[in-house]
This record gives sequence, C-alpha cells and structure tokens, in this order.
Amino acid sequence: MPIVSASKPHRLPSSIVQDDEPVLVAAAKSGDRSAFEELVRRYEAKIFRLTQNITQNREDAEDAMQDAFLKAYSHLQGFQGDSRFYTWLVRIAANEALMRLRKRRPGQMSLDEPIQGDTDLMPRELEDWGPNPEQKFAQTEIGNVLNEFIERLEPENRIVLMLRDVEELSTEETAKVLGISISAVKSRLLRARLRLRERLSRFFRQGVPN
Amino acid sequence: MNCKGVILELSNYIDGELDPAVALELERHLSACEDCTMIFDQTKKSIEILCDAEPVSLAAEVQARLHQALRGKLGRTPS
Repeated sequence: MPIVSASKPHRLPSSIVQDDEPVLVAAAKSGDRSAFEELVRRYEAKIFRLTQNITQNREDAEDAMQDAFLKAYSHLQGFQGDSRFYTWLVRIAANEALMRLRKRRPGQMSLDEPIQGDTDLMPRELEDWGPNPEQKFAQTEIGNVLNEFIERLEPENRIVLMLRDVEELSTEETAKVLGISISAVKSRLLRARLRLRERLSRFFRQGVPN
Repeated sequence: MNCKGVILELSNYIDGELDPAVALELERHLSACEDCTMIFDQTKKSIEILCDAEPVSLAAEVQARLHQALRGKLGRTPS
C-alpha cells in the first residue's frame, strides 16, 4: 500500500502545523469535540504513515494510530503546550507503533545494539544528479521508490530516519522515544541517510525520466 | 580529515551538531574534494525529497473505523 505520494513543494511538519493549532487544542481541552475531531482530520494521514512505516503491518498501523488518538484525547489535560501538539502526538503514536512491532518481533529488534563496523558506509554511487533531479520524474514514481526503500530498510534505521527527518523530532527526543542513546540515534541516522542517497542515486541513474 | 572521516561526520554536519573545529576541518576537505561535496549535496537533497513526500489520504474504510472509535471516546470529557 502506498504510504507516500511523491514530492510536492517543500512542506516540513513544522511548517504544516497551522497557526490555529493552539486554539484548537485549547478548545478541545475545554471539551469541544469538534475541535479535537479537526485535529484528528488534520493529522490522521501523517500519523498513519508514521505507524505504518514503523510497524510495516497494516493492521498494527491502524490499531496504533487509533490508540494514539484515543490516548491523546484521554491525556489532553496533561499536554502542557511545551512542544507542538503534533510533536506530542508523534511521540504517542511512535510508542504505540513500537509496542506492536516489538510484540510481533520479540527479541529481533535491538535499537541500541552497536552497529558493527563502518565499511559498508562508504558511498558507491558517485554520479552527478544535476539540479532538481526529482522534477524529471513522475511524483508517483518517486513515491514508490521511497516506499520501497523505507520498507526494505532495517527497522532500527528506518524508525530513526522517520522520527528525525520526516517528523523532525530532535536527536534527544528521538533517543527518548526509542529508549536508546544519542550516539545510537546518530549512527543509525547516518546509515539510513547514506542508504537513502544511494537508493535515489540508483533511481536517478536508471529511472526513465518524464 | 580524509574522505572516510567526512562520511562518518556527514550527518552530524548536516544537523549542525559538529564541534566548530571539526566542522572547519570538514569544510576544508569539502572545498578540495569534488566527490565528498557531491555526496554531501546529494545527501541533503535526499532528505529534502523524503520530507517533501506527502502522505496519501487515509483509505475511506480506515478513516471510518478511526472516527467510529473516536466517537465513542469523545462522548467523555478529556481527563
């Protein structure tokens, strides 16, 4: 199932959080259900992408998303506003998704396990992309490449990449959510980013441009 | 700093998490090494492409199940 579709004008999570988010959160806290429903509608696709990318299992992803929103509603009074509501929600959803992933693969995923060696880190694809190579390809095609890349990435590296680069959690926040050290976050992120570059490089070299 | 050293610190450099002295060393290497400069630019671009990818809308049945589950809960005031 496609989780991302293509590349659109640059929109990071921080910039898509609309100005009225604090107003909606305040209204939801005082019991306005429609305000909370609006927050759900706003973020449901993003939260589902996150839970799907972590669990790689549709049923788990849906359950994790549902429970994340339910938990967010139940604990809304505890949200102090010291981070964005969306970031708070991402933390809850990531925990729900991780719980399910660990249940499904007990003992198979050790996020804090040190990475052995760095010989496979050295880049192999060394070809100039030219300016804005992504614009030469159909958006759906790039979306498919990204989905396939995320799916194949080792869970440990995939989750760190999603939380750091897509959801824009800080290194510290990511370490906290995953219960791993800052250096483990950094080494997994480096690995994931370099692999992503290799994959896109191969695609730009072999793909058929528009 | 050699090419391997640059690759190992690339991510920290992109995130601005390098010690200034190490960052300076890395930049000195980049100014003289075309391959590392290309890898640096492409890694940054790759992150941008990943961030720009929009999530697809929820399937109607997934959305319906979510909102049905919420409706039951929203009957109660948040604690």
